[in-house]
Amino acid sequence: MAESITTPRPKGAPLIAGFTEEGEDLSPLNLASANVSPLGGDAAKAHSHGGGNSGAKEASRAGRLSSFNPEDFPTLTGREEDWRFTPLKRLKGLDKLELDGAAAPQVRVVTEEGQDVLVETAALDDPRVAFLAPEDRVAANAFKGAGQATIVTIPEGVTGVRAVVTLRGEGLTPSAQHLVVIAAPGSESTVVLDHVGTAVLSQNVEIDVQEGARLNMVSLQRWDDDAVHASDQQARIGKDAYLKHTAVSFGGDLVRVTPSARFAAPGGEAHLFGLYFADAGQHLEHRLFVDHAAPKCTSRVLYKGALQGHDAHAVWIGDVLIRKEAGGTDSFEANKNLVLTDGARADSVPNLEIETGAIDGAGHSSTTGRFDDEHLFYLMARGIDEKTARRLVVRGFLNEIIQKIGVESIEEQLYAAIEAELAQTEI
Amino acid sequence: MSTLEIKDLKVGIETEQGLKEILKGVNLTINTGETHAIMGPNGSGKSTLAATIAGHPRYIVTEGQILLDGKNVLEMSVDERAKAGLFLAMQYPVEIPGVTMTNFLRTAKTAIDGEAPSLRTWTKTVKGAMEELRIDPDFAARNVNEGFSGGEKKRVEILQLELFKPKFAVLDETDSGLDVDALKIVSEGVNRAQEQNEMGTLLITHYTRILRYIKPDFVHVFVDGHVAEQGGPELADRLEEEGYDRYLAKA
Repeated sequence: MAESITTPRPKGAPLIAGFTEEGEDLSPLNLASANVSPLGGDAAKAHSHGGGNSGAKEASRAGRLSSFNPEDFPTLTGREEDWRFTPLKRLKGLDKLELDGAAAPQVRVVTEEGQDVLVETAALDDPRVAFLAPEDRVAANAFKGAGQATIVTIPEGVTGVRAVVTLRGEGLTPSAQHLVVIAAPGSESTVVLDHVGTAVLSQNVEIDVQEGARLNMVSLQRWDDDAVHASDQQARIGKDAYLKHTAVSFGGDLVRVTPSARFAAPGGEAHLFGLYFADAGQHLEHRLFVDHAAPKCTSRVLYKGALQGHDAHAVWIGDVLIRKEAGGTDSFEANKNLVLTDGARADSVPNLEIETGAIDGAGHSSTTGRFDDEHLFYLMARGIDEKTARRLVVRGFLNEIIQKIGVESIEEQLYAAIEAELAQTEI
Repeated sequence: MSTLEIKDLKVGIETEQGLKEILKGVNLTINTGETHAIMGPNGSGKSTLAATIAGHPRYIVTEGQILLDGKNVLEMSVDERAKAGLFLAMQYPVEIPGVTMTNFLRTAKTAIDGEAPSLRTWTKTVKGAMEELRIDPDFAARNVNEGFSGGEKKRVEILQLELFKPKFAVLDETDSGLDVDALKIVSEGVNRAQEQNEMGTLLITHYTRILRYIKPDFVHVFVDGHVAEQGGPELADRLEEEGYDRYLAKA
């Protein structure tokens, strides 16, 4: 079943009725821990954007609290709008423990020879750091504990840069980390964050795409099975700047990536892509926010995920806010899931808020398809063996995102990772 | 010449009340070059026979044999049967997410032939076959059967029949849901495949309409899980006039 809605030039409606409630459901884990009555009264309340009892509910994404101080955010209960799908118990204390940067993954930056990339360590009060405030308790807690920031700068006018930032975690001690990527005016670069090993990590990544810069940013979550990773990746997009951001999540026990693109000046362009493969027991969550706060900006969002195995859980939330001042906005977001086996669960919620009628276009789409025995029979009845049939379907499905990354070596790695995922499950 | 033999085939499905027998001893022999029509009322087991030949896991063979040139088909997996030369044109072809027609056709052809088709001639062959079946060229880039109408799905089944060149084709109610024009186009495709490949055809249908375009050599009347009567094409004409009541009364 496919559903796709496009809304050209709505007449000033603040919110498209019904859209925000789509596909919503409480995580069964939080439901249990939140002591919800079996009649579902509390659950019903938690479904509503305006209701709830945390006191921090927002009808609009625009009103969400932001702060560098974790104490400004109430203790998480699992009933918050932005935490209701996340199994908080598996956060390993990232929301409440006092964190530091001692056990954070080692940062190693590799560039091609002769490339002009600046890597520095700076204090958190450095003027280049902390230009976008955290919007949830876990991210604020990471800011408080990180101690310092690693800043990767692509200098003004420098082009053709390929930088791979390897973040190798070496243990399960909860830790915090702060990274800043600055694409100076007129630069053109690809920056890859490659998360490997294991960690319990809360991380803030600030991305500053300055005037006229083009940044192709990839964040790979290739963790070992036991890793816990909350990563807030906020991007500020300057005048006529271009950001392509791709989040790829394969490994880890719980991975929660919250990328945002905030247009600070006119003419910006953001392409947010994502790819995930959730296995049995894995929780992979991606929450997007595109903030059209300036006129004449374009955003495209496409996340695709495959799920297999018992209690594999993928969550995708796509918040797009088109503010009053964002005339001439062109925006589309989509999420597609492919469920390969029984027992897996995909939650997909696109939210589109439009505060101006003077836009070029805004739309969203969310589909969840199943690969089942009848599909398998059909392909096998055409001579295709079972393994190849599965590979065909999954590769075909995820290919679209892999091709958009535009970095050949990463494409190959991802194909290999998909093969490995498929080989894992005997179905 | 190849031969497909079905001997005393008994097939059931699992239900909550236990195994329910649907085929109660079917005997049928088809040689390449022959067209056999299997006709019968709804629920007589025609589609079960088709699915069992292809190896659908839902159908459990309790007795009997299916032999392709003496080889035991029942021991083969679904893909092995296709590679051995059996093809089932499905009554309800499923939509496959994520796989384009182009990719699917090439992968299947490679699997069936055991080697990849030459890229240049293959593209041309596919394009030509699609044209003959009046399939929109844009379909090549779309996902398998996704968003296709009922008639389009049937044409795509016949497209595969023409491209994969099986020894035996089982057409499971390919005529259902087709308008007259589509029925003609689809029938021409089947006839082409039969002429070019010396194919044996098992044509399963409820109606005699398709037999105006695909001429059967033999007609078998299927009632209550077995062949109740067989004969030449004239049997179909008689069914057209009398319907299945005669057999049902007997049963």
